[in-house]
Amino acid sequence: MTQPSYRIERATRSSTIGLAVLGLGLIGLLLLPLTGDRATMRLIVEIAYFLALAQMWNLLAGYAGLLSVGQHAFIGFGGYMLFALVAHAGFSPIYSLPIAGLLSGLISIPVAILMFRLSGPYFAIGTWVVAEVFKLAFFEVPALGGGSGMSLPLQAVRDIAPSAQGRELIIYISALAIAVASVVAVYALLRSRYGLALTAIRDSERASASVGVDTFRLKLGVFVAVAAFTGMIGALIFLQKLRISPVAAFDVMEWSAAIIFIVVIGGIGRIEGPFVGIAIFFLLRETTSDFGAWYLILLGLLAIAIMLFARQGIWGLIADRYRINVFPVERQVHLDDHRQRQASSTSLTPTSEKH
Amino acid sequence: MDWIATLLQGLLLGGVYALFAIGLSLVFGVMRLVNIAHGDMIVLAGFVSFAVVEVLGLGPILSLAIVLPLFFAFGYVLQLAVLNRTLGDDLLPPMIVTFGLAIVIQNGLLQSFAADSRKLSLGEVETASIALGTDIAVGVYPLIIFATAIVTILALQALFYGTKIGREFRATSDDPEAARLMGINTKRVFAVATGVALVVIGIAGVLMAIRTTFDPLSGPVRLLFAFEAVIIGGLGNIWGTLLGGVTLGLAQAIGGAIDPQFQVMAGHLVFLAILIVRPRGFFPKVAH
Amino acid sequence: MSTIETRGLTAHYGDFQALFGLDVTLRSGETTAIIGANGAGKSTFMKAITGLIKTAPDMIHIDGAPAGGRDAHTIISQGIAMVPEGRRLFPSLSVEENLLIGTHAKRSGPWSLDRVYDVFPVLKERRRLSGTSLSGGQQQMVAIGRALLSNPTTLLCDEISLGLAPVVIEELYRTIAELRSEGLSIVIVEQDVARAVRVADQVYCFMEGRVSLSGAAQDIALEDIRNAYFGI
Repeated sequence: MTQPSYRIERATRSSTIGLAVLGLGLIGLLLLPLTGDRATMRLIVEIAYFLALAQMWNLLAGYAGLLSVGQHAFIGFGGYMLFALVAHAGFSPIYSLPIAGLLSGLISIPVAILMFRLSGPYFAIGTWVVAEVFKLAFFEVPALGGGSGMSLPLQAVRDIAPSAQGRELIIYISALAIAVASVVAVYALLRSRYGLALTAIRDSERASASVGVDTFRLKLGVFVAVAAFTGMIGALIFLQKLRISPVAAFDVMEWSAAIIFIVVIGGIGRIEGPFVGIAIFFLLRETTSDFGAWYLILLGLLAIAIMLFARQGIWGLIADRYRINVFPVERQVHLDDHRQRQASSTSLTPTSEKH
Repeated sequence: MDWIATLLQGLLLGGVYALFAIGLSLVFGVMRLVNIAHGDMIVLAGFVSFAVVEVLGLGPILSLAIVLPLFFAFGYVLQLAVLNRTLGDDLLPPMIVTFGLAIVIQNGLLQSFAADSRKLSLGEVETASIALGTDIAVGVYPLIIFATAIVTILALQALFYGTKIGREFRATSDDPEAARLMGINTKRVFAVATGVALVVIGIAGVLMAIRTTFDPLSGPVRLLFAFEAVIIGGLGNIWGTLLGGVTLGLAQAIGGAIDPQFQVMAGHLVFLAILIVRPRGFFPKVAH
Repeated sequence: MSTIETRGLTAHYGDFQALFGLDVTLRSGETTAIIGANGAGKSTFMKAITGLIKTAPDMIHIDGAPAGGRDAHTIISQGIAMVPEGRRLFPSLSVEENLLIGTHAKRSGPWSLDRVYDVFPVLKERRRLSGTSLSGGQQQMVAIGRALLSNPTTLLCDEISLGLAPVVIEELYRTIAELRSEGLSIVIVEQDVARAVRVADQVYCFMEGRVSLSGAAQDIALEDIRNAYFGI
């Protein structure tokens, strides 16, 4: 008997191929502005910020077990902070993006402390109440246009870039950067020492979703970080729109519902999930948008069907069937035995899906 | 005497919110399920009644004879075919499924009734009022709603404590597994509970459709008010829910008296304040 | 009267296998004791019999007919009743309501509320109280009475003496003996091996999800059981 040797590694062949494909796709997207196809660029911007929002909600709900339905609170808040910074503090719009994110992170701390008193599904609706409170509050701020909202001052719009084309390019690059940053950030977090703790929470505690003492700080950290990132994305969204109003900024259906369905349909608790969910969301929307709200009905039905028949989502079905994993978070133990060279993938945490 | 009028108005508004909240409280109480589509079901009841009134020419109150059985069947089938499959340790499926249902109902209503605001009409009763003293009057219709909320609670109380199915509701709520060991078909019990909850939702929806205008997107706000009333009152306590509704109604009425713009916000803020002071509500169900 | 038989019964909790092919026969009218250390699979076995854990249809037979894979409420209505571990009374129900829940299985037979009160008079005095306000022994009486009100042919008792005073345990076992004399099949899962063997006709000893020893109670020496119990 020879002593079996083993290696611990995380890269798999599917992850190498998958990351290569994503890298090539990104290069393609960076070259897109050369074609001058502005309609497609605008669509890509939208896809990019929805992807980033979905990654954030996936981290929040899929890993930290915080099932928030009120993330539009931070989207709207971030958007408004950008407008406030630009219109009243004279900041440049691009620099205002991270500051708006920072401010959203700050406001999320008291929100979290309050909401963590509610467990499970009550946390979900509680965060929604907070978003309503934010919306009603901005109705009462005349300096930001009150109920009718405001447009970004012309001077500030010119600040981004003198030409409309230049502005769209800058926003396009920013959106891609934010989308890439969201994926990289979530991936890096999950591979860090916190990742293991988060995965453990995902596998054991989504059940109760209550905030235990030992996980409180970790969950608080995730909630605040996600709020900050979400606020920054919100700022970018309304920078692109050049206009903000309470109703548009704090729209549960436009934002939270779409994001949640994207993640759930794609596969919650997997970084690949939001990519697949985004593809389905935009495919449905672009092909059925002539028929009014039907794509939302289809989306709702699809999410229900996923929850009833395949809780791991569409990516989960693919990944389990073909054993592929583009973003391997768990460490793989490879046994190098003389008789059998079998890579047994033993993750350090139970990964079985509960049914 | 203005403030007395305001308090009376708030009290009666509380009846509306209590009526909204009872169905939510009932579904949570029996099967620990939070129905995110709750508000949209209230609005759906308004639209079904609207359609019945339009097509059959019945009055809105008579339309209850069609709406309520229909809603009981809807709840029963929904629970048996869909929601029962989502119950378990994982909180995500029931949340997503009821959220998906909310989207389907909202957009289905948008597609079939357009975004216009509607209102059901009951004639003179709507504007009638009873004079209390020289310069205070209460509306008859708000009084009817308040009375309906109390009668509904009493009826549910009788159902829960005086009938066999009520005993099964309580046993299943306490310990579903032990209930199954006693030969109780818990899936059927849940289906009946959701059916009953939808009857209450149907009553709330039709009465509300007479009181104010509604449109396909007015569900979420009703969900939030119902939710706040349930949490303020304490989870799973039906009289607490009435108190929660009244607290919310008073907060809104007082807020509205200070500044009409502030009415809804005042309700939310009182809810958040109570969350800080008494996170488990006024009458939390005894833990077991 | 019915004989319950498991054939190659297996059970899993997710990836964890708890039972590995159990062949157990619970004969009509007899008392069967099931003993074993913690984690031997006794409670899982009871859950499988009562349908709380789904099994393949042919793993469980009642009077020779396949009965596995059914819902618990169907199995209970076929005359199998359970006194669950920890009693599991319903806290929101009064003593009397807890007992009445037993009648929901809609089986007729010798047991009625009055008869349960005759056997356990103390319960009649306290019938309006909440079930969980009683002493441990009285709660156990409610749990047994509740099970009897479904007029079962087989009574499963899971750890009924756990946490009770010896004098109370004596009384409960006297009741069990009387029930047996009325022809009820009884299955007891018990930590107290000597007591279990004393009241039983048949004994099964479980270890790590398998039957490590079985036979008629009078043929089995306590020494053998100890070996089977601890796997020495």
